[in-house]
Amino acid sequence: MNARADIATMEKTKLAVRNLSFHYGGFQALKNITLDIPQNKVTAFIGPSGCGKSTLLRTFNRMFELYPEQRAEGEVLLDGVDLLTSKDDVSLIRARIGMVFQKATPFPMSIYDNVAFGIRLFESLSRVEMDERVEAALRHAALWDEVKDKLGQGGASLSGGQQQRLCIARGIAVRPEVLLLDEPCSALDPISTAKIEELIHDLKREYTVVIVTHNMQQAARCSDYTAYMYLGDLVEFGPTSEVFMRPSKRDTEDYITGRFG
Amino acid sequence: MRRPASSAVDRHAVRRRLHSRRKTTNVVALLLSLAAMAFGLFWLVWILVETVRLGLGGMSWSLFTEMTPPPQADSGGLANAIFGSLAMVSLATLLGTPIGMLAGIYLAEYGRTGPLGIATRFINDILLSAPSIVIGLFIYSVVVARTGSFSGLAGVLALTLIVIPVVIRTTENMLMLIPDSLREAAYALGTPKWRVIVTLTLKAARAGVVTGVLLAFARIMGETAPLLFTALSNQFWTSDMTRPMASLPVTIFKFAMSPYANWQQLAWAGVFLITVGVLLLNILARALFRARS
Repeated sequence: MNARADIATMEKTKLAVRNLSFHYGGFQALKNITLDIPQNKVTAFIGPSGCGKSTLLRTFNRMFELYPEQRAEGEVLLDGVDLLTSKDDVSLIRARIGMVFQKATPFPMSIYDNVAFGIRLFESLSRVEMDERVEAALRHAALWDEVKDKLGQGGASLSGGQQQRLCIARGIAVRPEVLLLDEPCSALDPISTAKIEELIHDLKREYTVVIVTHNMQQAARCSDYTAYMYLGDLVEFGPTSEVFMRPSKRDTEDYITGRFG
Repeated sequence: MRRPASSAVDRHAVRRRLHSRRKTTNVVALLLSLAAMAFGLFWLVWILVETVRLGLGGMSWSLFTEMTPPPQADSGGLANAIFGSLAMVSLATLLGTPIGMLAGIYLAEYGRTGPLGIATRFINDILLSAPSIVIGLFIYSVVVARTGSFSGLAGVLALTLIVIPVVIRTTENMLMLIPDSLREAAYALGTPKWRVIVTLTLKAARAGVVTGVLLAFARIMGETAPLLFTALSNQFWTSDMTRPMASLPVTIFKFAMSPYANWQQLAWAGVFLITVGVLLLNILARALFRARS
């Protein structure tokens, strides 16, 4: 336990969650979560359905605020500043913390405009600069070679895996600091999944990545840290190799070895 | 007491009995719905055939160039009524569309659950099903009675009141069809709400909204009651909206009830024009909706 704590403290913390509780109306979905998400690493949230892992992710960019019956208590510190009580406009926070959803959601516009959409919100670039940014984002999302000849086509014309990479390109085009991935591969075939997992591995060089996944192997393959959650509690958190090889809690071991969940 | 179907053969026999009963039910239901469709279609086809039979004979150039004639005249057309209808209907659509769209956007994007949204939706439902003669009388009492004269403008106001609820309803429904996942994806990039609506949801719902506007246009094209008490009619050409104005439906109403053969013939020609116009608008709306979605 001590060795593990040491490794964790060696990392620089990007997002610090402090005593976070979350309510859907009368239902408490998160119970007093405290957790440090290290910078330039991939952190995976695992746990059975309904354990609160997606809920936790959605507090990081205050997505829950769209729904009046949902509320969060506690702190989420981005570089030491609390997001939940920040005076900054929520748009500015979301520009720093990007999110990719379970279901690919291309906007009803061309592939090019899909990627340019977010950039146009915060920057006014010349045509040439915009072209460069769009190309860089698509390259970064490992999609450029497949779409470079059809940038004017609608985003919905792409395959499911390509659409999801388009959403990742759209997310990173804004140059956020943190990228939240909410089960990004759950609707994809194994080949598309492999591509996105490779991509996640590359992304951590520039971004802090947090991924929610139902797929234990995926968490083991592509994350540096893993948090196991159950019924709104954070049961265990540590380096992925530790959590998978030598889980300190019986619950965690049962879940990752497939005895329940 | 039924013996439990134990063997595979027994279970198969039970399933087969069930299956043949379902098949019979299916055939009966299918026949009933076909009969219902034939009943509805019968009247519709009859109406269309009569319209074409009696209206086609009145088609000529003079219909579009000459004014409504006095009784028993040799010539005459519907030019003033056609122009009056197009002018009033277009202006009413132009006025009603932005108001209806804004209210529809409010209902779908801001007022989904709040008390104001619920109240607006309820009032709009009432307005949507209000008899058009009530709207005509309302405008009569608040505009015509006060200004002291029937006018094209009063007609436009009455028609606008019919357009607004239709556009509100379609705009709201079309926006509600856009999945929330699209909105969330846009918010996640840091998009402000107004921009999500203007550049995404409204754009995605565009075809449906345009279809609603076209259908509203078609709907008021044939409205008689709201014009009867507001624009009245005018046997001469006028583009002055402050004066009584002729329209196709009111002219048809007046001419069809008359004992004069030339007026009756013109009424049928007008009926034919409106029917064909509404039919074309409906086809256009459908084609547009299908092409975009």
